[in-house]
Amino acid sequence: MSTVLILGAASDMAVAIAKKYASAGHAIQLAARNVQRLKALESDIAIRYNTTCTAYEFDALQFTSHQAFFDSLPVKPDITICVFGYLGENETARANWSESEKIIHTNYTGAVSILNVVSNYYAAQKKGVIAGISSVAGERGRQSNYIYGSAKAGFTAYLSGLRNRMFHEQVHVVTVQPGFVYTRMTENLTLPPLLTAQPEAVANTVFKAVDKKKNVVYVKWFWRWIMLIIKSIPEFLFKKLKL
Amino acid sequence: MKKEIANWGNYPVMESNEQQFSFDDQLQQMVKEAAHFIPRGNGRCYGDASLGGQTISTLKYDKILSFDTQAGVFECQSGLMLDKILEVIVPKGWFLPVTPGTKFITVGGAVGSDVHGKNHHVDGSFSNHIVDMDVVLSDGRMLTCSPTQYGDLFEATCGGMGLTGLISRVKFRLKKIETSYIKQKQIKADNLEHVLQLFEEYKHYTYSVAWIDCLKKGKGFGRSILILGEHAKVTDLDALQEREPLKLPKKKQITFPFNLPSWVLNTFTVKAFNFLYYGKNFKKEINNVVGYEPFFYPLDAILHWNRGYGKKGFIQYQFVVPMHAKQGLIEILQRISDKGIGSFLAVLKVFGEQDSLISFPEEGYTLALDIPVRQGLFEFLDELDQIVLQHGGRLYMSKDARMKPGVLEAGYPRLSAFKEIVKKYNPDGKIRSTQSDRLLLTTNN
Repeated sequence: MSTVLILGAASDMAVAIAKKYASAGHAIQLAARNVQRLKALESDIAIRYNTTCTAYEFDALQFTSHQAFFDSLPVKPDITICVFGYLGENETARANWSESEKIIHTNYTGAVSILNVVSNYYAAQKKGVIAGISSVAGERGRQSNYIYGSAKAGFTAYLSGLRNRMFHEQVHVVTVQPGFVYTRMTENLTLPPLLTAQPEAVANTVFKAVDKKKNVVYVKWFWRWIMLIIKSIPEFLFKKLKL
Repeated sequence: MKKEIANWGNYPVMESNEQQFSFDDQLQQMVKEAAHFIPRGNGRCYGDASLGGQTISTLKYDKILSFDTQAGVFECQSGLMLDKILEVIVPKGWFLPVTPGTKFITVGGAVGSDVHGKNHHVDGSFSNHIVDMDVVLSDGRMLTCSPTQYGDLFEATCGGMGLTGLISRVKFRLKKIETSYIKQKQIKADNLEHVLQLFEEYKHYTYSVAWIDCLKKGKGFGRSILILGEHAKVTDLDALQEREPLKLPKKKQITFPFNLPSWVLNTFTVKAFNFLYYGKNFKKEINNVVGYEPFFYPLDAILHWNRGYGKKGFIQYQFVVPMHAKQGLIEILQRISDKGIGSFLAVLKVFGEQDSLISFPEEGYTLALDIPVRQGLFEFLDELDQIVLQHGGRLYMSKDARMKPGVLEAGYPRLSAFKEIVKKYNPDGKIRSTQSDRLLLTTNN
């Protein structure tokens, strides 16, 4: 039985991922800033799936605490899944640096900080799997959410580089690109049903991608093509669009 | 999020702003900030309880908090549904202490409606089995209550239709089982008198219910099939079943794809159905061992079966009259058969003793039947209400979409005490539903 660490475990997507792994018989480590919020999930997973589930306090924005957090885990995870993220409000963030900073630090800096720690450990062990939940928003900056998008772009590039480095250490890195997903993060947005996935679909994609050692996966297959089209629009045209 | 909601009867349909939550602190904040709201689970009550312009859905608040597999005590958040609980407890040799005819209800709903099952005459209603529970009051405070702690809150919350507060956590006792199977006995009864006799004769059975043909007149008036059951012991199983006595049933479900046009259900089609249903049991008595799903939840196998009643929806009319008022039961059945509005699903059951503040069950006969909404129906039901009241009976709020406030008042002798407690814990009527306003439970008068 392997152990799976879920960073940012209070989100809907994380809950679905945790349940997916627990149902396959893995032990689960939940980590989130508000550990109080994890208590119910912790008992739920342990009872429902007859497995070990533990919860830990982890704050993505407290970079200096990350090494100590990982060192303190009583069992080191075989698989680490980085789920945390912060959508924020692009308009607020344009005028308000603290909102921008929170978006950048949650989606990029914090992820780099903790995954540096995890990957160094895995490199020394010569085994392990890291999966990062990035976003299609990172594939091309658009006026509606370019601050979030640019942070996710940074994270995607980081994962790609990390995959390259870790390949030589027998460690695998997966980049997951969910399109729209029905979660708390998006509950106030009107999403096109056809393009929007349930958190359980994301969980299935992550599970399969890790199992099959995929590199970059999309949750709904057409997102790959949608993004290909969006990326191929010439910049002189793209800048005139309202996206 | 604004959306159209309705309960299982698809009547009435209304627009509601629905909020969801996953965590305690979120819930308390949400309740505190709300101008008014009604808690809502899976919407499997039938009428307009749990409907309102503002609803707080418990569906994402569905975690299991503890499960003592030795003592058989289970604790969970209120949005967890019974089907999920069964998946966890049955393989460990436990069963729900009380279950209604569908497993797609939340635990919060089971308490708010204080649901009953085929074993009411033996085990009482759901709230009989509660150890304690948490209720979030209209000011956002969370109180733990039980029969001995905040007893008034506990009493008014069991069957209180969510009006005292949002039930957030429930701890309850389970029933020990040896197998996941039911030893079933079905007996054909020629008429009403016969089935009531059979109920008496077989009252030692844990589970009993009768399907009744409401349209049959003459000497076959009230012909029925009495369905009895006991949890099977390992020794009752055949060799194949014995290999895994606590096996969970496989998930087999079909979906009713669209609303059937309302004219499809008429006296003729219902009579034909009843004829076939009654006739399918060739023998006078059938004894067999079946899984718990077909025994307890035959209709859950067809998702959205309520669409069969058409877009206008249906009313499930359920009343109880005391044992001594058998005449009332006969009178109502006669009116229904004369009017020709019987339904596929008419269910008769004998309740055991119960003396609750606001819960529906009381010792006597209870009949439940589905009737499609059509012109003149409500006037007809008003007449039936009067017969129920004349015989000292009452209606079930979880099924109700139309009764007059006076009918509730006349049927529930302790209603004013209930209202007092609601006022104490929900002083401004902030927690209110379309039903509670209609029944004058939350309007300030």
